[in-house]
Amino acid sequence: MKNNDAVKKFFIYLILALGGIIMIFPFYWMISGSFKTAAEYNSFPPVWIPGNWLNFDNFTKAFEQAPLMKYFLNSCIVTFSSVTINGFITILAAFGFSRLKFKGKEAVFALLVAFMMVPFEMQVITNYQTVARLNLIDTLPVLVIPFTSSIFYTYILKGFFDTVPDSLYYSARIDGASNWKYLWRVMVPIARPSLVTIMLLNAIASWNSFMWVQLVINSDRNRTIPLGIFAFVSDAGSDPKLQLAAATIAVLPMIILFLFARKYIVSGVSRGGIKG
Amino acid sequence: MSVKKLKRETHPDYIFNRKYEPLIYLVPFAIGLLIFTIYPIINVVIMSFKEGYRLSGNYTGWGIGNYQFVLTNKDFLSAIKNTFIYVLTVVPISTVFSIIIANLLNQKVKGMAIFQTAYFLPMVTSSIAVGISWRYMFNKQFGVINWLLGLFGVAPIDWLGATAGQAPWNIVVIIIFGIWNLMPFTIILLLSGLQNIDPLYYTAAKVDGASSTKIFTRITVPLLAPTIFLTMIVNMISAFKVYNEVIPFWSGKAGVLSNNLYTMVYWIKETFYSKLRLGNAAAASIVLFLIILCFTLLQRWIQKHFNY
Repeated sequence: MKNNDAVKKFFIYLILALGGIIMIFPFYWMISGSFKTAAEYNSFPPVWIPGNWLNFDNFTKAFEQAPLMKYFLNSCIVTFSSVTINGFITILAAFGFSRLKFKGKEAVFALLVAFMMVPFEMQVITNYQTVARLNLIDTLPVLVIPFTSSIFYTYILKGFFDTVPDSLYYSARIDGASNWKYLWRVMVPIARPSLVTIMLLNAIASWNSFMWVQLVINSDRNRTIPLGIFAFVSDAGSDPKLQLAAATIAVLPMIILFLFARKYIVSGVSRGGIKG
Repeated sequence: MSVKKLKRETHPDYIFNRKYEPLIYLVPFAIGLLIFTIYPIINVVIMSFKEGYRLSGNYTGWGIGNYQFVLTNKDFLSAIKNTFIYVLTVVPISTVFSIIIANLLNQKVKGMAIFQTAYFLPMVTSSIAVGISWRYMFNKQFGVINWLLGLFGVAPIDWLGATAGQAPWNIVVIIIFGIWNLMPFTIILLLSGLQNIDPLYYTAAKVDGASSTKIFTRITVPLLAPTIFLTMIVNMISAFKVYNEVIPFWSGKAGVLSNNLYTMVYWIKETFYSKLRLGNAAAASIVLFLIILCFTLLQRWIQKHFNY
């Protein structure tokens, strides 16, 4: 029996390890490829481990050939603004929905949740016209403004606010706290885990956003990193090793974010999704 | 003053909210929502009935011409076909793999942090960026995938290319990439479903001496069935919008022949953005929406009838 258990354990770890290697391999291939020399890269059968992990030539050249630093900075600005503005608006809206009592509130909220299933691709044509009319095409704000109100994040946060007992609210108000003070001094600190989760999901979505950026950004200096990398790669003649180095730079911040905030991200995703 | 009115006016919410004060908190949210979500949804429906609609806002007349155009357009029909092939392969395959992995991860394994990182990383990283790595892995001459297959005696496959105007492997590339992309999300949802199963069922089964295969097929799968259903539907809805998965492999083109791998969203984007035929794109996006709507209604129905 004991032997049997050990065999079972062995197979569990074997399958998990094999699957894990397949899942992680594209990342390994990307990172290792960006440290390879031309000879290592072009050899077949493939060279699995680069001879020198301190060979930063590909990174240096990639930075010379494309303004990756600029793209990176743009992505940071857009992601930071989006997380801050969207976070602020979401906090207010969730509080409003949670505290406001009126007839048909549930119906309004249900309607909003129904809007969530309308794909962004369906709204994109009109949104493009709108930002064109507002003269926002090819500016950084255009990557933030259409995404300030998120039903999904408001839905999550309102759900959390609803679990806070009313008595807390009434006692705070009797002590003389205004709604505004109550929201920022009491609710926001209590809701920190939910808040961190929605901000992380938003940061990931902003950082990786591609299609909208592709539509509204024309000039090189306003590209965020996914679009910048796409343009760099589409340039015929650019070297695969440099492309892998550029891709590594693009995904590194999200990998680091994931390593530090895995639990928050996983809990947010299990509540309803991230991509699309 | 009636008792009812008095009751309402002495209710703490009435006093503290000065009736509708929280409404102010909803204003910024409502503005964004009206301009960038509600108005576009209404407008795209109207636009889809405007014939010859252009970016400038001019159009030639009202009618169903846009729908007639998209539903007879060769490229859009092939986009529908490709999208369905993609959805109907990626979703079931990634679900099967994910059930196995989620079940194993639920066995109280050591090193959970490492496994979670390995399995969930594709979810947080840009498909456009990691797709570059996949692109070179699929390379015919130097790619690791053909190298691996070569060990088993398989002749090099031209994954990304075409021979004699045919590129049958192109769609397989995005299917494999799509499965890899979708796995993390699916595993997470299934894992949280598994964790909601009452451990008493397992204890009881173990006391009765059930084998682990039996526990898996007789307890885990039936109790997980509602979660599996829902996960598949959510995944189908997102898979119908496949676009980013096509971009990395052919430098942004729809397949190596530029037109052999249209997806619905790809066609919509190209029609509206490159060809400036907004009316056609609007009608196509309504078609996409109706397909997604069917699956969403199916989801609601399943939720109603199987949620226990």
